[in-house]
Amino acid sequence: MNRDGRDLRAERGPVLRKGVGVSPSGWFDPRGRTIGGWAFAVNRITGLGLVFYLYLHLAVLSLLLGGADAWNDFLRIATTSVFLLLDVLLVFGLLYHGLNGVRVALIGTGLVPGRERALFWAGTVIGTIALIAAGLHILGDA
Amino acid sequence: MHTAEPIEKVEGPSKVTEIRRFRVFRYKRGDAESHYDEFDVPVGPRASVLDALRWIEVHRDPTLAIRHSCFHASCGTCGLRVNGREGLGCVTFVRDLGTTITVEPEANIPILADLVLDMREFYARFPEQHPVMRASEFLPRAVPPDGMDGYERFEDCIECGLCLSACPIAATTDEYVGPAALAAAQRLVEEPRGADTVDILRWADQPDAVWRCHAAFECTEACPAGVYPAERIMDMRGVLVEGGPRRRAPVRTAAHEGGGP
Repeated sequence: MNRDGRDLRAERGPVLRKGVGVSPSGWFDPRGRTIGGWAFAVNRITGLGLVFYLYLHLAVLSLLLGGADAWNDFLRIATTSVFLLLDVLLVFGLLYHGLNGVRVALIGTGLVPGRERALFWAGTVIGTIALIAAGLHILGDA
Repeated sequence: MHTAEPIEKVEGPSKVTEIRRFRVFRYKRGDAESHYDEFDVPVGPRASVLDALRWIEVHRDPTLAIRHSCFHASCGTCGLRVNGREGLGCVTFVRDLGTTITVEPEANIPILADLVLDMREFYARFPEQHPVMRASEFLPRAVPPDGMDGYERFEDCIECGLCLSACPIAATTDEYVGPAALAAAQRLVEEPRGADTVDILRWADQPDAVWRCHAAFECTEACPAGVYPAERIMDMRGVLVEGGPRRRAPVRTAAHEGGGP
């Protein structure tokens, strides 16, 4: 926005934002969204989830500072069915964010403009197959 | 809604056949906060949201501020959000909506009153150093009114602002120039007609310009004029990634798909 536009903000009326009522959520409005909008929203949600997981993972690793017993106690919890389901959820987040990232990179660099829907469904097929395989592997021994 | 596609012909009487409830956003300068007013509106099978709003204005509340002109999706002045979704009031039909219909102004653009927007910031997003708004090549004998240097146009864009309202990134920062300005810039890169494309690309090659887009494509879905802003942004990225302007396969347009405003 040019300088004149910024100057106008001092006298502007209210600006409606989308979202779910909280100011930073303007990027998320489920009403009337199409595939691209949902793909973007889920990408951002999985991105936030993966950032949360990264710090959680570091916190879990810090249990090693408590010695072998502390780590073994954690492993007994981490191999329960509930935790393994969370692992499957993590794999979903990784697959979705990664595959959608490839999709956005392909269309976002202008290599395949206008093929965003086809790439979305291609990624969905690949991701679903990979998620099923990962789920069977993770939950197979549960 | 995507009105680049042919609008369905509706058979049947134009008389009133049912009552629909409209929840309409209200705000006047000086109000502490906005609110919604509800109106029961008699509608027929051919009624548009703009028809209903005009009925409210005439029969229930003359203070309701709405903006409209052409009634056929050419002027872009009746852009709204209906049940949360962007559309032109004149071609958004009541029959496709629920029994209670919420009508709000477009998002991400300042409100003057009720459903009327202050579009000055929208126009300020366009690059001031480039003639993105071209002088019209039509009606050479037309005399502009006082205060206007001449007639200008944005190619197919009808300047309705729906793309900016639909954009999830524009909801998070006012610094992003937005889909309409970038689509206009891409048109100049695609067909310069003497414009300085290097300078235009330099304007576009900024964090708050072409690289701020996250490829949600909601602008393209919302656009009623077949501009396809998202595809144009992606195309311009392609030009930038490869180091400069060059001929690319044409971005799809309404004309390619047999549609058009």
